[in-house]
Amino acid sequence: MAHDQQDAATTGAYLVRGASILGGAAEDLLIRDGIIAARGTDLAGTDAADGATVIEAAGLVALPGMVDIHTHLREPGREDAETVETGTRAAALGGYTAVHAMANSNPVADTAGVVEQVHTLGRTAGWVDVRPVGAVTVGLAGEQLAELGAMADSRAQVRVFSDDGICVHDPVLMRRALEYVKAFDGVVAQHAQEPRLTAGAQMNEGDVSAVLGLTGWPAVAEESIIARDVLLAQHVGSRLHVCHVSTAGSVEIIRWAKARGINVTAEVTPHHLLLTDELVRSYDPVYKVNPPLRTDSDVQALRAALADGTIDVVGTDHAPHPSEHKECEWAQAAMGMTGLETALSVVQETMIETGLMGWEDFARVTSTAPAVIGRVADQGRPLEVGEPANVTLVDPAARWTVDPSKMATMGRNSPFAGRELPGRVVATFFKGHPTVLNGELNTPYRHGPHGESTAPAGGY
Amino acid sequence: MKHLLSTEDLSLANAIRILDTAEEMAAVGDREVKKLPALRGRTVVNLFFEDSTRTRISFEAAAKRLSADVINFAAKGSSVSKGESLKDTAQTLAAMGADAVVIRHWASGAPHRLAATDWIDAAVINAGDGTHEHPTQALLDAFTMRRHWARLHGTPSAGADLKGMRVAIAGDVLHSRVARSNVWLLRTLGAKVTLVAPPTLLPIGVGQWPCSVSYNMDETLAKGVDAVMMLRVQGERMNASFFPTTREYSRRWGFDDNRLRALDSLGLKDTIIMHPGPMNRGLEISSAAADSPRSTVLAQVRNGVSVRMAALYLLLSGDTREPAATTNAAYSTKESH
Repeated sequence: MAHDQQDAATTGAYLVRGASILGGAAEDLLIRDGIIAARGTDLAGTDAADGATVIEAAGLVALPGMVDIHTHLREPGREDAETVETGTRAAALGGYTAVHAMANSNPVADTAGVVEQVHTLGRTAGWVDVRPVGAVTVGLAGEQLAELGAMADSRAQVRVFSDDGICVHDPVLMRRALEYVKAFDGVVAQHAQEPRLTAGAQMNEGDVSAVLGLTGWPAVAEESIIARDVLLAQHVGSRLHVCHVSTAGSVEIIRWAKARGINVTAEVTPHHLLLTDELVRSYDPVYKVNPPLRTDSDVQALRAALADGTIDVVGTDHAPHPSEHKECEWAQAAMGMTGLETALSVVQETMIETGLMGWEDFARVTSTAPAVIGRVADQGRPLEVGEPANVTLVDPAARWTVDPSKMATMGRNSPFAGRELPGRVVATFFKGHPTVLNGELNTPYRHGPHGESTAPAGGY
Repeated sequence: MKHLLSTEDLSLANAIRILDTAEEMAAVGDREVKKLPALRGRTVVNLFFEDSTRTRISFEAAAKRLSADVINFAAKGSSVSKGESLKDTAQTLAAMGADAVVIRHWASGAPHRLAATDWIDAAVINAGDGTHEHPTQALLDAFTMRRHWARLHGTPSAGADLKGMRVAIAGDVLHSRVARSNVWLLRTLGAKVTLVAPPTLLPIGVGQWPCSVSYNMDETLAKGVDAVMMLRVQGERMNASFFPTTREYSRRWGFDDNRLRALDSLGLKDTIIMHPGPMNRGLEISSAAADSPRSTVLAQVRNGVSVRMAALYLLLSGDTREPAATTNAAYSTKESH
C-alpha cells in the first residue's frame, strides 16, 4: 500500500464532521493517507486533523463505498454505449468505489489479456476499483470453459466468473465450472434463464403479456435453473452466485438452499425492487430488460428477501445502450437499463423509506456482502480506524428528479426518468481521495507508478 | 379519438360511433358512384412492414372512396429492408405531409410507438401489430355480427350493441391479434364470448380476460352459440409442439362438416360462421362450412371497406368530438338508406 499512501497524501486530508455513521450517532471521520486515520466525536482541533479540509456532514449518512457486483462497462467493443471512463464516473457519482465489469464485451473477457486490459483501463480512469468478471465459457458460447485459472492468476485477479446475458445452461458445463473455480476461491455468477423456455421472450409471462401479445418470459425459466444450480453447488461443494433474481419463486428456492447450508448468494437489481410489468403497457423499450420486470407480488417478495438476507446484495446490472437501440419497436430494442446513478436512491425508496431496512443493512447489501462475494479485500470494510478510506456520504433528506440527459453514463436508458427519488450522494472517497464532492465529480484517484495490488490475498 | 390503436381502450360510445358511421359508408358502396369528397387533399399512407394484400387493399379502397391521396409504403423493396428504422421511416412520412398512417407491423406495439413518440404527428391506425391487436378487423366483425343480430330481432343496426349475443372464437388465440381485438370489443358491446382452443394455444393469463374458455368445441356448440369465429392456424405451429398433427387439430378444434351438421341438429338455424381470412380450408374450417349460407366470410370483406372508411373519416375529418352531439357530419348519405 506504500504507493497508495504517498499518492493519497498528495490529495490532502479530509475531516468529515458530524456524519451519522451507518445511520447511527454523529461522529467525525478523519481521512488521511488513504485510510480512516481517526474516528471520534470531536476531531476538529486535534493534531491529527491539522490541515485537513473540513467537510460539514451534519445530516449526512456515512457509508462504506458501494460495491457493484454487476456492471456492464461495454469496453472493449461498444464504446458507443459506454466506456470504462464514463461508466466509472457514473459509478463514483452513484456512491460506488468498486464495480465488477461483466464479461460480455467484444472481444469477450474470456482471456487473461482482456481482463487485464479492462483492469488497466479502470486503474487509468481512477474513479473506482474496476474488478473484471471473467467469462465462464469461451466467447460466452456455452461450449467449453474459458481459461478461468489464467484469468484468476492475471493482474486482474479475477474471482467472479459469469456468462451474464447468457445462461450456462449445459448442466455438465455448469458443474465443471463450479468445481473448477474452487481451485482459486472463485464463484460462478449465473444468469439463470432456461433458453428453450425463453426463446423469443419479450416480457414477463402473465396477465400483461397475454393482453399485449408479447412473447412471455416465464418465471419457471429462472426458477428451474436456480433449483438445478443450487443442487449442483451442493453436490460439488462450491460457491454459486445468482445474478438478478426476479421472481418470488426464485426467492423461495434460494431460501430453501440456504437453509440446507448450500453456499449460494443472490442479487437483486434496483429496478426489480421498484418496477413492474404494468409499465410495459406503454411499449416503451426503456422498460425492456432481462430478466424482465415482473409483478407486484414478485417485487414485494424480493424486498422481503433482501431485508431478511435471503438475497445478499443489490447489483445494478447497469446496462447502457445507445439511444437508437431503444428508439424503435419493442421487439427490436436492446434489453437493459442504466442503474449506477440511481441505485442508492431506489434502494432508499424501496427498502429504507418503507421501513424494511436501516442504513446498516444498506451498507451490508451494497458494500460489505458484494465485496465478500467478489473477494475484494479492501472494499466493504467497516468505517473504523485503520481501514481503507472508501466512504460514501449521502444526504438522505434530499429529493431529486431523475434526468438521464444529465447523467455521467453515456446511456440515456433510465427507467426512472422523470421520477422523484430520495437520497443524494454528496461525496465519494475512493482510497482516501474524493472522487465526488458536493454531489459533483471531483478528480480521479491517481494510482502509483508500479501499481498496488488489489489482490484478494491482501492483508485482511 | 386521435388514433385507432386498439379495441381494449375503445369506449362503447366511440365503438358505436364507428359502427354507425360505417353503416352510412356502406350505403356509399351501394351507389353507382362509390366516392365521397370528404378527405380530398388529405394523404393516407399505408405503411406495411408485413405482407397483407387483403388488409392493404381494403384500406386503400376505403381511403380512395373518401377521395384521399393514398401512398403505399411496403417494407419489402424499400429502404426499410435496407435497415432504416421505424423512427426514420416515420419522420420521412411526416416530412412528406402524411395525415394518417395505416400501419401493419410484425412487432406488437409498433403502432403505439408511432402514436406515443414525436416522430410523426399523423393519425395512426393499427392495421394489425404482431400478436397484439387488429382493431379494424374486430370492428368489421362486430359490424357483421350487429347486422345479423339486428336483422334477427327486426331492429335497425344503427345505435345498437350486441347485448345477449353468444360468440365462440376458436383456434390459435395465443398468436391471434384478431382474437384479442374481438374479445375486448365484444365485451364492450355486451356480447358473451367463449374462447375455444387447445390449452397450448391460449395465453397464460387468459383467465383474467372478460370471456369464458373451453377446450371442447362440441360442448361449446351444444350450449348454444350465435356466431362461431374460426381463427387461422399456421401450419408451422405444429413443428413447435402446440398440437400433435394438423389432422388431430382439425378433428378436435376445426369447424368440419360434422359440426356444420351439428348446428342443424342442435336447432341453431341462425348461427353464423365467421373467418377473418385467409382460410386454411380443410384445417380450421371445411369447405362446406366456408361456402355454406351461414358463412359471412365475404360479407366480412365487404364490410371491412365500410368500417375502414368510417375510421379514416372520423380520425381525419376533424370531427373528433365525443358523439354527444351527433354523427351526421359533412357527408350526405343519410337519405340513401
